[in-house]
Formats: sequence, structure tokens, C-alpha cells
Amino acid sequence: MKKTFIVLTLLIVVAIFIGYRFINNIGTGESDHLALQQTAQESIGTTGEYQSDDFNPTEFLTTWNFNNLPKEERSRFYKETPLPDGALLREYKFFIQDKEIEVAPGVFYPAWTYNGQVPGPTIRATEGDTIKITLTNGGTKPHTAHFHGFHSAEMDGSAFEDMVLPGESFTYEFKAGPYGTHVYHCHSYPVSEHVARGLYGTYIVDPKNDTRPKADKELIMVMNGFDVNFDGANEIYAVNTRAFAYNIDPIVVQKGELVRVYLSNMLEFDPINSFHLHANFFNEYQTGTNLIPDNFTDIITLGQAERSILDIRFREPGIYMFHSHVIEFSELGWAGMFMVME
Amino acid sequence: MPEKSEPNGRLKTWFSFLLPLILLAVLLVGFLKYGPLGVFKADLPPVEKLAIQRVIFTPERIDLEVFNDGPEQVTIAQAVVNEIIWKFKMEPDNILKPLESGLVSIAYPWTDGDPIAFTLIASDGVTFEKQVDVAFLTPTADERYLKTFVLLGLYVGVIPVLLGLLWFPFLSRLKGKGYLFLLSLTIGLLLFLGFDTLAESILLTTKLPDAFNGVGLLVIGFFSAILILSAVSYKTEFHFAKKGDQYKAMVWAYLIALGIGLHNLGEGLAIGSAYALGEVALGATLVIGFMLHNVTEGIAIISPLTHGEGRIKRILGHLILMGLLAGAPTILGSLIGGFAYSPVYGVLFLAIGAGAIFDIAFDILHSMAKGRWLSVFTFTNVSGFLAGLLIMYFTGFLVLG
Repeated sequence: MKKTFIVLTLLIVVAIFIGYRFINNIGTGESDHLALQQTAQESIGTTGEYQSDDFNPTEFLTTWNFNNLPKEERSRFYKETPLPDGALLREYKFFIQDKEIEVAPGVFYPAWTYNGQVPGPTIRATEGDTIKITLTNGGTKPHTAHFHGFHSAEMDGSAFEDMVLPGESFTYEFKAGPYGTHVYHCHSYPVSEHVARGLYGTYIVDPKNDTRPKADKELIMVMNGFDVNFDGANEIYAVNTRAFAYNIDPIVVQKGELVRVYLSNMLEFDPINSFHLHANFFNEYQTGTNLIPDNFTDIITLGQAERSILDIRFREPGIYMFHSHVIEFSELGWAGMFMVME
Repeated sequence: MPEKSEPNGRLKTWFSFLLPLILLAVLLVGFLKYGPLGVFKADLPPVEKLAIQRVIFTPERIDLEVFNDGPEQVTIAQAVVNEIIWKFKMEPDNILKPLESGLVSIAYPWTDGDPIAFTLIASDGVTFEKQVDVAFLTPTADERYLKTFVLLGLYVGVIPVLLGLLWFPFLSRLKGKGYLFLLSLTIGLLLFLGFDTLAESILLTTKLPDAFNGVGLLVIGFFSAILILSAVSYKTEFHFAKKGDQYKAMVWAYLIALGIGLHNLGEGLAIGSAYALGEVALGATLVIGFMLHNVTEGIAIISPLTHGEGRIKRILGHLILMGLLAGAPTILGSLIGGFAYSPVYGVLFLAIGAGAIFDIAFDILHSMAKGRWLSVFTFTNVSGFLAGLLIMYFTGFLVLG
């Protein structure tokens, strides 16, 4: 019996000793992260390609008053008639439609839209023009169109009696003004949801007597985001809806020409957003309501529904990034590039 | 004619067995073809589900093991790492059918020791999230980790149990009340271990994808262990009826060793996976704590052997074998836990271990009672039992690490 236990004890001692030898032989794990750091630079961004072609971010940049449509089709949505005082009567047909839109390659969001697109169609008039917008609600909830700009209380689209019920129509009528770059959006309740779902767009009023330098290229940009899982925070950010759209298709401009950007921020949930341009500065006209620039800068910060006009002259050819300098947004889709040609 | 009526009878038996099945099949076919299935369809498809089961960090990339445990197909469209949209590759492709698994690879420059969060966005905007508290190079099955886990099992499982066995000569000297105290102490130890194991198994079921039905696994493991061990002891009782008490004691000791071995397998799984997932730093305190805690398991194994007329032959061989049976599964467990961990194994092995331990505890209690249950509750027995629970409870503090 005694011998038995001496043997057992010895065995344990040997086991502990072997264990110690093992410990001393264990090295430290070293990992070379350098290669990973390099490939990382190419790996940021979306996976795969956009699958649907019902929205073209490049075309959207230069589209207002349905000028992207062939003449006949355009007349179904937009009509202009000269008035005796020399101004124009501009008549628009808007319809609201529930529609799945692609906000990142392969990611579809059940949006509520003006005319099947997010942002909604850009409308553009000259100060003093008469604007008539007939809104038909083809959606499933009460909706409105609420325009920032001068109008009478009856045309505000925000009171209980202003709601356009599904299947019904309403015509908004007002004189364009003040000049500047404005927005419109649905003002049904809860407004946050109706805006987050995609019911907003740009409304530009050109000054009657424009003393600013003439723009060679005009671009519409709406900074927005999408709460794809409906948790009250955006997962995808973008300018003009599609994440990284202008990384994939850079915006082509000429060196030295005057590029005028009508920028608005329709981001919901996040209080601020910004626009930053690489290697170039621009003149900013806040809300576009002044003909003299307020600012010469390379970054502007906008709160919700704020907007500005930016005049950019690119100094040299090359590729220049523009993105939100709330960098989290830029890495979740709000980043693009200008390709400046000689 | 008996030859004819016999097959006829059998045919009838078969027919009566098959008839409900045939009718069920007819019903199902009819239902699928003409039935009002549309009634059961909700207006909206059910929400997709996806479990991100494991995150593997390598120097070049991060791999996410994903499993579709919902009733709907899931298409993964985008991956977001720490609030950044990041390109990913996916095996076999980015569409997962129900119960299909896949591997999402992301070349993200992760930082050692930092928390990291992953979000996978499905094509309809549903998101699946996973948070890792500490990013940590995942061990691969190389020599270094093999050694680490073998060593871990050795220290946490084998050595403590063997050390516990060394009390054999001391415990053999106990007579009468001392021996009864020891047996009830063992029951206390075992019941504590049993509940501990069962609780771990239950906790782990919550980490299992729904499709695996964790509670089902637990029930199967727990009861099959109890039933199989009961069948074994019933069989051996007949077998050794003539051969005297020490054989029965031997069978007990082996069964206790087996039960503890299964428990240690579960413990090894937990330690190995926690280590591999970077959830614990295996500091010296933790290892020492486990050693002290597990020494008590050695006592539990030998207690049935210490009493008995006549010597057991080749006791050393038996003891070493029991020690290995109880301790070595820790090595196996930590290897599985470290390299191929899935909560499925965890739930199953822990449930089996719990069942086995309860079975043995009950067996010992049963034999102590000798058919008169109330006679068990002597002061000696009750204090032994409570001592067993308390020893386990207080040595348990040592493994807080």
C-alpha cells in the first residue's frame, strides 16, 4: 500500500514537471498586421454592385423640373405657361408612392416617395413665378408636401386639415420666394418618420436680378440617411440616397469652370451633417438668400433641413474627395469624388 | 390452417401500424396540393434570423461564422465593422437558406485588445449584430496552443484529481461514523457539482441558435446519462452480486470517475473556449483555483473504496485509471473548446455530466439508506452533506480568476 502511494506521488511530481517544461517552451504569438493595414485601404466601402437602375444619382445631380424626361413625358409632370406680368406659371404633378429603393448595393429600403424617387423631384422657379403642385396620394398613409419658402397658411401642408388622404389629391399654389435654395418635405405625423422614409426634395428659387457670377455647371445634392432596421438610428448615409454613389461614378467637372452646388441636409435622427471638399475652397451663400458670399471655406456644417449654395472653382485637374466631415457618416456611405478634367 | 393464418395476422398487425401513417401522408399531400395553406401565411414574411456564432481573428482578416436559424432565406448585402461599411467575401455565397451556415471574411485592420462590433445588413435592411469585448488573435491548431491546452487540462483536471486520490490511505483508516461522514460529504460534493453543471448547461442553452433547441439537447443529454448509468449499475449489481462488496465499490468509484470526467469535459470546453475567445486571461490564480476546487473530486472518487473487507488487487492501476478517467477529459474538452467550439457541444456534454453526477449521488444515497430513507438523516450524515456543499461553495470562490 505504501509503495503504491509513493509511486502515485512520483507520478504527480513528474506530471507537474512536464507541465513546467511545456510552459517554458510556449512562445508569444506575434502577428504581422502590416499587410492587413495595406489591404484595409482598398477594402473600405460597399460589397458588390447596385442591382436596380430605377434611380441614377449622376442624372439626379442635374435634374430639375423633370428636365431629364423626353418632351412628351415631361409634359405629364411639368408645364410652364407665361403670365401677363412676364413671370411663369409652373405646374407640377406629384404623386406619392410606397417603393423599395436601393440605398446600398443589395440593401433595399421600403421608402415612401414623391414620384417614386428619393430625394423627390427637384423643383426650380424664378422669384415671382407662380407654382402649382398637384399632389396625389398613392400611398397608404396621409401625406402632404410642406414647402420651405413664402406661402399662405392654407398652403402649409402641416395642419390636421391639410393632410392628403390615400387616394386623394390637393393642389398647392404660391408665388416663388424668397430666392435661395430650399427644401420641401412631408409634414404628416409623426413627421420624423415621414421624413426618414424619404419624403423630401429640393426647391430652388432663382433671384430675379442675379449679380453672382454665372455658373457653368449646377448640381443638386441632398445629404440623407436611412434607418434600414427601424431602430431610430441611420445605418446608411449618403448624398443623394445611394451610399458611395459618386465614389463608384465620380462627378466629372472641368478645371476652372464655376460649379454651383445646391446642398441641403435632410438627414433625420442625427442633429448635424457636413460637407467637406478636398484641396479646394468654395464660396458659400447661406440658404442662398444673399448674392454676396458669406464664407470662403472648405467645410460647412448644416443642421437638419439647413441648406446652402456652394460655388466651387477647381484649381487643378485630378480626383478630389468630398465627404461629410462627421467621419462616421462618410464611412457609412456619405463620401464621393469629383473628377476634374483639364 | 395455422401456416396461413400466421402471416395473415402479421399482415394485419403491420397494416394497423401503417394505416395512420398512410392517412397522414395522404393528408399532407392533399394539404400541400389543394389545401388552404394561404390561410396560414402572414401578410409579411417572418423576420429573418441569423446567428453570428463565432468570430475568428487572424492577422490577415476577421472571419465570422454565421448560421441562419430562421425560417426564411437571408441575403447578406453589406457588412459594417465599428460603424464603417467594409467590403466582405462570403463562402459559399451571400444567400443562406434556413439552417445553412456560411463564413463572412472581412479584411479589417483590427486592433489587438480593443472591443470590436460587427453588423451584417440583409437585403431588406434587417441587421444582425455581434460585439466582441476584446479582439484577440484566435488560436489555430498549432503546436503552441496544443501545448497550452494539454497543459491546461493536465493542471486543472488530471493533477488535482490524482492529488485527491492521495488521501486514500488516510480515508481508509476512517471507521464507522467517520466513513458515513465521508460518504455524505461525497454526496454533498457531487450534488453541488451536479447542480453547477446543470446550471451551466442551462445558461449555455440561451447562447444556442433557436433552431438547435437547446432545452431539447439538455433533456436528452441529462436523462440519457441517468438512464444509461442506471442500466449499467443494474446490470453490474447482478454480475457482482456474488463477488462481494468491494467490486460494487469499485464499480461506483469508476462511475463517479466517469461522471466527474464528463463534468470536467464540460469544464474544459468552457475554459478552452473562453481562452480562445479572449474572454479570460488564464492567470495563475484561476489555474490554482481550479486545482484546489478539483482536488475535492479525487476525494469523491475514492470514498466508496475506502471501506471494504479484503484488499482490492492492483489498486494503484485502478486509481491511476480513475484519475485519468476523471481528469483527462479536461484536456480533451479544452482542445475542443479552444479549436472547434460550439455551444452545442457545451450544452450536450454538460447535461450528460450533470445527469451522470446526479445518478451516482443518488446511488450512494440509496445504498446508505439500505431501504429505510429516514435513517439517512443522522447528524453525522447531514453535517457531512452540508460540509460537502460548503467545501465546493468556498473553493468555488477561488476560480473567480
